[in-house]
Amino acid sequence: MTGTKTATKRAEVVVTGLGVTAPNGLGTSDYWAATCAGVGGIGPVGRFDASGYPTALAGEVPGFVPEDHLASRLLPQTDHMTRLALVTADWALADAGVRPDEWSDYDLGVVTASSAGGFEFGQRELQALWSKGGRHVSAYQSFAWFYAVNTGQISIRHSMRGPCGVVVSDHAGGLDAVAQARRQVRRGTSRLMLSGGVDGAVCSWGWVAQLASQRLSPDGYRPFDATASGYVPGEGGAFLVLEAAEPARERGARPYGRIAGYGSTFDPRPDGRDREPGLKRAIDLALDDAGITPADVDVVFADAAGVRELDAAEAAAIGAVFGRRGVPVTAPQTMTGRLYAGAAALQVACALLAIRDGIVPPTTGTDPMPEYGLDLVVGEARRRPVRTALVLARGYDGNNSALIVREEV
Amino acid sequence: MDRRVVITGIGVLAPGGVGVKNFWNLLEEGRTATRPISFFDAGPFRSRVAAEIDLDAEACGLTPQEIRRMDRGAQLAVIAAGEAVADSGLTLDPERTGVVVGSAVGATTSLDEEYRIVSDGGRLDLVDHRYAVPHLYDYFVPSSFSREVAWAVDATGPNTVVSTGCTSGLDSVGYAVELIREGSVDTMVAGASDAPISPITVACFDAIKATTPRNDDPEHASRPFDASRNGFVLGEGSAMFVLEEYEQARARGAHIYAEIAGFANRCNAYHMTGLRPDGREMAEAITAALDEARLDPTAIHYINAHGSGTRQNDRHETAAFKRSLGEHAYRTPVSSIKSMIGHSLGAIGSIEIAASALAIEHNVVPPTVNLHNPDPECDLDYVPLTAREHRTDVVLTVGSGFGGFQSAMVLRRAA
Repeated sequence: MTGTKTATKRAEVVVTGLGVTAPNGLGTSDYWAATCAGVGGIGPVGRFDASGYPTALAGEVPGFVPEDHLASRLLPQTDHMTRLALVTADWALADAGVRPDEWSDYDLGVVTASSAGGFEFGQRELQALWSKGGRHVSAYQSFAWFYAVNTGQISIRHSMRGPCGVVVSDHAGGLDAVAQARRQVRRGTSRLMLSGGVDGAVCSWGWVAQLASQRLSPDGYRPFDATASGYVPGEGGAFLVLEAAEPARERGARPYGRIAGYGSTFDPRPDGRDREPGLKRAIDLALDDAGITPADVDVVFADAAGVRELDAAEAAAIGAVFGRRGVPVTAPQTMTGRLYAGAAALQVACALLAIRDGIVPPTTGTDPMPEYGLDLVVGEARRRPVRTALVLARGYDGNNSALIVREEV
Repeated sequence: MDRRVVITGIGVLAPGGVGVKNFWNLLEEGRTATRPISFFDAGPFRSRVAAEIDLDAEACGLTPQEIRRMDRGAQLAVIAAGEAVADSGLTLDPERTGVVVGSAVGATTSLDEEYRIVSDGGRLDLVDHRYAVPHLYDYFVPSSFSREVAWAVDATGPNTVVSTGCTSGLDSVGYAVELIREGSVDTMVAGASDAPISPITVACFDAIKATTPRNDDPEHASRPFDASRNGFVLGEGSAMFVLEEYEQARARGAHIYAEIAGFANRCNAYHMTGLRPDGREMAEAITAALDEARLDPTAIHYINAHGSGTRQNDRHETAAFKRSLGEHAYRTPVSSIKSMIGHSLGAIGSIEIAASALAIEHNVVPPTVNLHNPDPECDLDYVPLTAREHRTDVVLTVGSGFGGFQSAMVLRRAA
């Protein structure tokens, strides 16, 4: 299935720092406490008046005051999601015990995932253009909205001059970015990579664009439920600090775990829907890359689209790999909403915290259909040792990515 | 043993030349494709020149529904990918084939148009969802570009868009090379596409005076390295490649244009739009790309420059070439095809890879046109005005973009 491979030399890559901004917690400890307790952050949209739209629920990051964290000169040139990203990156580096000025600038790189860029900023400038004319468009528009903005701004903030990148693969982007960062550490092109995604487009223009997907729920996010009616979008995400295991140990870092495997596929095109969808193959590739079997996996963090046919496809893929009710499955994003480029990065952070504390956080507000055959962790968090976690993420119309994190021993 | 990656198929849609043959003819003949903007009334804008493609997407094989669904940038990518796959003669193995498309601004042109509708010309703060097109989500997240290519060529391997501003077209191919090298796939359909010529793009570059106001002389408006240069000319286009693992390509007797021998990118961590004049980070990217290719700087026969034609860029990269190549910089022909086809943002890096591979193929270096009076600080051999026959086995191509990104790629004639 995987064809002939010639493996390149494999340095083990560990995660030594986390930064989180989520709708149910600003900062890793608030997020993790809320997530373990089953406390969600989804509510009526606050950033604009959404009452006139078919859906008005979102996961918004609480208590975020940009001025508390960022210099005033940065505010006019940044979208809301970039401000969240800058602060999240600060926290991830601090958590890793990294002071960038103590490192050689080319040893620090950044790869972020993006989905729609600084859409709220862009809406303001589009309105200026069409209501007042081109001369009223901000000098910052050329970069404040574009997809590469977070990588660029983070690199500037911390003088990170190593390899850089930006991937866009919808909700799967967070895993693809971490995989790309891991490649750089493995190949030795960078000693440290900051990676993940922080995202958000909670503005009326972003809302209308997301509504067009016909996947937003008017009444709540209930993946795998018989009444699943779509997902609730949110803002926020996570950044991870990646390093090679040995030098990280030598400098005294305390790894949360290691990035052990990754696989990525795309579903067959519409005229080939009799062919097997790609998620199972992505899982198989990730297991193969990690050199483990399904029995080694302690928990699966599901993509949990909240759309009936997508939930069924994911349940089928998990069942095909692990067997009926063969592994605990959870989707704590029911407490945050789906965060686009931030979605999967936050799931990876969550999986690493699950490993650290031996807790599988719950999936809230959903009653899984028995025919899916999933051992979905509902109700309360489940205390159990977690050594290996599989994180799944899918993008609109076909991206399937799977990433495995393992306890670092 | 490292797996090597080669180019076995090329597809290009560039201003003035749809298809590889027309593209190369334009470069060899030193013609320009810059002209007054015709896509919309550019009257109110400071810069009113662009390099546009006269595209008949239906004649290029797209169906009316595909044309309705896809942003123009996606259309360009799909058409270019089709040409590349046909050119390669390869029957793709779907599971072992991935897709990566670079794009700086994605579906910005469609977003601009659709915003105007749902906001009723900017009148509504709360835009009206009842007027949205069904494909608006495809424009919202531009991974629709790589999806469309995957559907068109039937590839079910890894799939993403790489979006690092104006280095997207180099970085996407660099990303694809890594996937083949590590063994995740054997074939990548990779490249880049941007179709940014829309009011919002023109306005945002006007606001920082990045584009040229040389509106009275559009065909000579793109003037890289010339003392009179005063900004770039916005363009559009796409180049897509079939990249293969070398042994696979050799075993099937494929025509190999070039090997992608080295790639690196760096951030300048200086400014979102500004460049430091010393070219330090681009020089570092060049050195790293040469290291990966295991080549000495003196091996380079031709440099395909970023050469955007802004005041700061052309000096910045001239400094970077000197810093990384030393004396050899003065002996090496350097040229900017943006003088002919403008700057298509994220797409141009891939289009310049195509030009670099074709330079190796034909042993011809394309010219920098409109270069009559070089900037005294730009004192290298920029191949002014006319193409030059020149033995070209190794090419360095570079890119520089907003966000501070600096990328370098080394192409080599395959042994």
